[in-house]
Amino acid sequence: MLGRKLKDRLFTAFCIASTAFALIPLGSVLYTILAKGLSVISLEFLTELPAPAGQPGGGFGNAIQGSFIVVGIASLIGIPLGITAGMYLAEFPNSRLSRAVSFTADVLTGVPSIITGIFAYMLVVLKFGGFSALAGGVALATMMIPFIVRTTEEAMKLVPWELREASLALGAPRWRTTLQVVLSTARFGIITGVLLTMARIAGETAPLLFTAFSNRFWFDGVMQPVATLPVMIYTYAISPFEDWHAQAWGGALVLVAMILALNIGIRLVAGRRWQ
Amino acid sequence: MKSKIEVRGLNAGFGSTHVLKNISIAIPENRVTAIIGPSGCGKSTFVRCLNRIHELVPNAWVKGEVLLDGKNIYSQEADPVDIRRRVGMVFQKPNPFPAMSIFDNIAYGARIHGMKDIPKIVERSLRKAALWDEVKHRLKDSPASLSGGQQQRLCIARALAVEPEVVLFDEPCSALDPVATAKIEELILELRENYTIVIVTHNMQQAARIADYTAFFLMGELIEYGETAQIFENPRDKRTEDYITGRFG
Repeated sequence: MLGRKLKDRLFTAFCIASTAFALIPLGSVLYTILAKGLSVISLEFLTELPAPAGQPGGGFGNAIQGSFIVVGIASLIGIPLGITAGMYLAEFPNSRLSRAVSFTADVLTGVPSIITGIFAYMLVVLKFGGFSALAGGVALATMMIPFIVRTTEEAMKLVPWELREASLALGAPRWRTTLQVVLSTARFGIITGVLLTMARIAGETAPLLFTAFSNRFWFDGVMQPVATLPVMIYTYAISPFEDWHAQAWGGALVLVAMILALNIGIRLVAGRRWQ
Repeated sequence: MKSKIEVRGLNAGFGSTHVLKNISIAIPENRVTAIIGPSGCGKSTFVRCLNRIHELVPNAWVKGEVLLDGKNIYSQEADPVDIRRRVGMVFQKPNPFPAMSIFDNIAYGARIHGMKDIPKIVERSLRKAALWDEVKHRLKDSPASLSGGQQQRLCIARALAVEPEVVLFDEPCSALDPVATAKIEELILELRENYTIVIVTHNMQQAARIADYTAFFLMGELIEYGETAQIFENPRDKRTEDYITGRFG
């Protein structure tokens, strides 16, 4: 019979091995992107427009700019809507409307991103007669909202009921209690959730294919098509040109670095305590 | 003696649970009234009916009259927000707002009611709560940096800042050590000059030390109410005597 200590060691070793195994894909992806992308990265790559097909050089500058703009538009639409809906769910959990909103948010979370793209296509592209940064923003905002609703709701539900009572007992109206006591107590949780959601949607490709589309030039207004990193990587990766493939790896590295930076930012926010 | 609060035929509960049964009691102005009784007897529910906080809990219900200066706080015209400003409350567990500084914790209520000269109100409230000297150099700090007793005095200061007429204390010392408890008791005796005070307590010595009047609750009923000395030395009801002599509860 095996000794107790030996069994304990075996089990620990098994857990460590499983963890290491789970980390292999992550390490492999990061390694491949670094190995293939790093040689492409240069000031020119980060700041210039793509070169015409067949010509060497050029960069992803417009796609980097475009990604910031589309994620920015999505955030402008998605963050306020998501936070207010989340506040409603947290403060009025038993109303019929909040049960409907809650169910809808759950369903929306599971909707494939390509469907979200079609939704924005019908809502914005068909309506205004063309691909646009706005349409891309709407598509990504649609993806953001359910996640932000949920994280806001969860963060606000963690605020102890006693704090609401303390505020109401001072003669504070309900709305001020929600905004000044509950929301401010939950703010780090909400900010963390918002940043995580932004990091998540920054890499979305499918919803942008027929909304923001792409563009080989700089951003030219919210009603014009705009290049974004994920779509640009996709276009370059499926092209027949060797040098475009290399540039796609470079774009992938930039995208991963941006998302990694956001995640590190989240760590800093989440780790911060009241000074 | 003028009554500040007069409760007439108060019944309250949650859903099908009937917690308070037909309570009638007159609470005198500028005195300390203690509510004693075993756990689950409805003490907390009773004081929570005096500032309309009870009704915030889902399924809670209230029937009967609570007259504050002769006006029923449960009438149609009564505004719960205004009543809660006039009848302040200090809770069992110190509950300062964690996302606000010490200063903002106290300024919060005053700002909501549009009061002028906030720094002065903050200082005055902290002095009344005997906390000013301990925190005057760190008003910008988080209340989490204070001890439990200090946090409870901060909550008292916060309640005083909106200039209430009545202050309800719901077992304010049950989470505190004896030294902090003594400070809060001393404070309550000082506040009695200017405020009507109702304190729920588990601790009968505490009631005997600080209360002018004591009410004994049992299973949602008011069993006996009178001057504290009479309740403790010469109870009229057998059940009161059993409780204060430690035969149950």
